[in-house]
Amino acid sequence: MQKKYSWYSLLKAGLSNQEWDKAIPLSKPKPKYDVIIIGGGGHGLATAYYLAKECGITNVAVVEKGYIGGGNTGRNTTIIRSNYLRDEASSLYEHSMRLWEGLSEDLNFNVMFSQRGVYNLGHTLQDMRDIERRVNANVLNGVDAVVVDHKEIKEQIPIINTSKNVRYPIMGASFQARGGVARHDGVAWGFARAASNLGVDIIQNCEVIDIEVEEGRVKGVKTTQGDILADQIGCVSAGHSSVIARMAGLRLPVESHPLQAFVSEAMKPILHTVVMSNAVHGYVSQSDKGDLVIGAGIDGYNSYAQRGSAKIVEHCAAAILELFPIFSRVRMNRQWGGIVDVCPDACPVISPTKVEGLYFNCGWGTGGFKATPGSGNVFAHTIAQDKQHDLAVPFHIDRFTTGALIDEHGAAGVAH
Amino acid sequence: MFLIDCPYCKESRDQNEFSPAGEAFIARPQSPEALSDEEWADYVFYRTNHKGDHWEQWVHTAGCRKYFLVKRSTISHEVIQVSTFGEINSENAS
Repeated sequence: MQKKYSWYSLLKAGLSNQEWDKAIPLSKPKPKYDVIIIGGGGHGLATAYYLAKECGITNVAVVEKGYIGGGNTGRNTTIIRSNYLRDEASSLYEHSMRLWEGLSEDLNFNVMFSQRGVYNLGHTLQDMRDIERRVNANVLNGVDAVVVDHKEIKEQIPIINTSKNVRYPIMGASFQARGGVARHDGVAWGFARAASNLGVDIIQNCEVIDIEVEEGRVKGVKTTQGDILADQIGCVSAGHSSVIARMAGLRLPVESHPLQAFVSEAMKPILHTVVMSNAVHGYVSQSDKGDLVIGAGIDGYNSYAQRGSAKIVEHCAAAILELFPIFSRVRMNRQWGGIVDVCPDACPVISPTKVEGLYFNCGWGTGGFKATPGSGNVFAHTIAQDKQHDLAVPFHIDRFTTGALIDEHGAAGVAH
Repeated sequence: MFLIDCPYCKESRDQNEFSPAGEAFIARPQSPEALSDEEWADYVFYRTNHKGDHWEQWVHTAGCRKYFLVKRSTISHEVIQVSTFGEINSENAS
């Protein structure tokens, strides 16, 4: 059990120069668990946490082939919003937003959730029609959203270029005031620490090599640290979901693509909110450390390589510079890619499978970070009750057979 | 970023000139009406998404605009083989 973090413990440790305990103990696998979660990213750790906290299942292991916070959780641009068009999607993301709003207290870990607002810009008349439609849908679904015009955007963000003399002039935007950013790897550490406090084993450097299935039911996994038995297995392995699925003889309706991002050197505060543009395809915010965090779109080809093409970076930088000419001399510090598993309808799969006791939470594509707590929450209930959580029902994998897709392309702002 | 040898232009060109066009060897079913919903879903939506050497289709968008086949590693992005549609098919592809 870890000590509770509080102002008192901080003061005491500061004055006494005491060493802090490790936030997450290093665990070795036990021979058997009730539930194994494959993948120790934000979604997997959140699943384990809510299994222990809300479903009373504490004999849980999270197996992670790398280290906690080293995958997509530490590679995204940390944007959080819930202004999705479709009822099914907006309910799920709004569920997540409500969990974000109490997450630091709940986990006793500061995830630095900052509701600084998110602007989704519109550059054409059709963009503005789509934005109005989405904002109206949001308001009907109880999600805060407003349409703002270019004058108001200029008032709020003085450095943005609202001139008409550009290729794609800014006409307006949707604005979600409750949207914002969080410290992404802090979210993984917070969930990992809170879950391990409740008895969950977090096993790092443990790659799953095979899934054992007997008579249509999962028995356990083979890993680089030995065999582990389990009654139920939840796969939350993002870009590698297809690889894990194949171990159990399954195919998925997803393909893996690189998604790139880059950050600048740290600067004084200049951008107090999050700006995203679907039409010119770039999104930018400024972290608390001061660096600009900029994200691009996916590369069109399949890849597991965690890097993409310079073309995408160039295109994204050009978009950001058209919006913010003042950034033209900002020097970039780091650039990287993550592997995202993209579903044909830009919505996730949160679902049981044909193999009994095997569940998948995948296909979040380019926008999974914002859903971290909500995704883990509904997936934990789905595993615990062997029945989909109400909010997860529309995200059954069977939707690709029945045709009940949830088309969030474009309307969701594609740029996540 | 990588180079692709266009089998039509017979030149090694920057990948930016080309556009990816999905997994190779997914043939349109001969009689779609005869398929079950599962089989149709598998054809339309489900993909192999292979980690390793992957046969895929590319089009030389800014060149000859012809479609062709590429065997490429999805781990290293190395282009291993290119081919026109006639030469390689799902049976003789390795």
